[in-house]
Amino acid sequence: MTQYRTQPRTSATFDPATIAEIQRAADTGIYDIRGWGAKRPLPHFDDLLFLGASMSRYPLEGYRERCGTDVVLGDRHATYPLHLETPVTIAGMSFGALSGRAKEALGRGASEVGTSTTTGDGGMTPEERSQSKHLVYQYLPSRYGMNPDHLRQADAIEVVLGQGAKPGGGGMLLGQKITERVAQMRTLPQGVDQRSASRHPDWTGPDDLTIKIGELREITDWEKPVYVKVGATRTYYDVKLAVHAGADVVVVDGMQGGTAATQEVFIEHVGIPTLAAIPQAVQALQELGVHRKVQLIVSGGIRTGADVAKAMALGADAVAIGTAALVALGDNDPRWQADYEALGTSAGAYDDFQEGKDPAGITTQDPELQQRLDPVEGGRRLANYLRVLTMEAQTIARACGKAHLQHLEPEDLVAITIEAAAMARVPLAGTSWIPGQAAGGSW
Amino acid sequence: MDPLTATLSPTRDPKDLSMTDTLELDLAVSTLREVNARLHDPDLGVDDVVVTHPAGRHSVAVGLNRPMTVTVKGHVGYYAAGMNQSADVVVEGNAGVGVAENMMSGSVWVKGSASQSAGATAHGGLLVVEGDAAARCGISMKGVDIVVGGSIGHMSAFMAQAGRLVVRGDASDALGDSIYEARIYVRGAVASLGADCVAKEMRPEHHEELATLLKSAGYEDDDTHAYTRYGSARSLYHFHVDNTSAY
Repeated sequence: MTQYRTQPRTSATFDPATIAEIQRAADTGIYDIRGWGAKRPLPHFDDLLFLGASMSRYPLEGYRERCGTDVVLGDRHATYPLHLETPVTIAGMSFGALSGRAKEALGRGASEVGTSTTTGDGGMTPEERSQSKHLVYQYLPSRYGMNPDHLRQADAIEVVLGQGAKPGGGGMLLGQKITERVAQMRTLPQGVDQRSASRHPDWTGPDDLTIKIGELREITDWEKPVYVKVGATRTYYDVKLAVHAGADVVVVDGMQGGTAATQEVFIEHVGIPTLAAIPQAVQALQELGVHRKVQLIVSGGIRTGADVAKAMALGADAVAIGTAALVALGDNDPRWQADYEALGTSAGAYDDFQEGKDPAGITTQDPELQQRLDPVEGGRRLANYLRVLTMEAQTIARACGKAHLQHLEPEDLVAITIEAAAMARVPLAGTSWIPGQAAGGSW
Repeated sequence: MDPLTATLSPTRDPKDLSMTDTLELDLAVSTLREVNARLHDPDLGVDDVVVTHPAGRHSVAVGLNRPMTVTVKGHVGYYAAGMNQSADVVVEGNAGVGVAENMMSGSVWVKGSASQSAGATAHGGLLVVEGDAAARCGISMKGVDIVVGGSIGHMSAFMAQAGRLVVRGDASDALGDSIYEARIYVRGAVASLGADCVAKEMRPEHHEELATLLKSAGYEDDDTHAYTRYGSARSLYHFHVDNTSAY
């Protein structure tokens, strides 16, 4: 007689990862800190599709007809705006979180394709300045390494209010990454756990920011574009206030945007997806009459040329990549699988950037591990990847009949989920329905 | 020979000015942009400048980066002498938020009182405030020396990393919260100390250091024995779960 037995079943609420985390927390008494951005499934660019041209729209000839990719950033007030050859830029990542060789590689790759790279907490290194044609200098709450000479040497200034992985949070660079050079640049004792403040020390609120931006412009004689970067939360209001404060460029970073080290609970539970932030930002710019005059840079989960094209179709002028750039350099490369396993992880899942033990030699200050990244080779790989992103975006734009990436528009897009349709404010595929908006009538 | 006073004139060639001249830049006549542009001009031709009628304007004399003397005749708004390098700036009045913020070198001397965040994040140089300084004086200071003739507001020297803060009066709440390696000397009462900030012994080298600082600000008659030194207990330098109530 057959014996029927109950199959052991794991809980959807208390799944194995959740149970393991409870056990780990009980064992150590400390929350989980890691790098990377949100890893949970979220409505994203994958939930959007382009409507290629057919009878009602006229496509451009692939490989033959021109599809422009250049973008001018910061021509609202600055004497010298940035003119980039591709709208894919490199997001701010610090020397300290990354090795000097990794910063150099980012500069090399970006410069090779005519785009910008960005400093981070801890100041500007000679490696990245010398190798970066267009270098954006971040102005952060900690002001670690903040030097007016570097401000003058920069090509643009980015006032950072927050980032998508941790809007409202500061930072923590653990002591194992505070080497003598990092400590010296940040005026801190070597080996301490270094906190980065969450608020700027000499201004609070948008009216103060107006004055602060005025000071930065006066110091640099109104030559440099001034960006304002926010983590995506109340994006509609934040973008309006950033424009009011005088930003030439607004950078909006969604919750998929990466970090060097933050609490897991912060990364996964604070902020909104990139997809939800873009239409809010564009609406704010349009209502103020400055869309395309104050440029919008979007970051957080950009991986492919399709993502680039979709962000731009929703109204972005450019995008920024961080995590994807590190992967292009060699982060999470399978050739280091044995080393990843020794750290209790695997290639593709490694995110403990805070520990400074990166087998790929990128998110580390360890002198031996750093040697694993050749900055010339890394720069070449990044340039390759940036070219692929740009060509992929062009391919889609031509199919939509667009002679420039900036000609992409929301009308080119549909969504395949109701959530994405509501967030991106484009119709659900096959319908004229945009959730939250009045019925669109017939096609 | 008395220095000459030359007023800003668009027709006057800088070559006509001698380094012994005093150049007057009048904010009632010229825009802030014009004044700061002249102050940044390496071919200005003079090392001594007087700025008149500031009328509380923000960002007066910011970004100076060569040895020169700038005297501002009146009150200034936010960020006066911000990011100063090498210049000596005197404000003959009160200063708004963030005076001498991120100063690298040189000096900024406020004859009146200063608002919040005086000397914020400054890496070097000397800031003197003859009156009081409001909240967050010396916040995140990174090597600057600050001497305050009066009292300071709450959360002063928050996350102060390096440098010295001298207060001849009192300090309000949460002095030196999360302080790193900066040293604080206070003559008067301290309302409360912030996390990880403790009173420390005044050893001979501290009396000597304090005397030098007081002298540099014109207070050489002060008795250093009337001051108490404060600094980091260094118990929060490494994140530890048992310290969570302090974070």
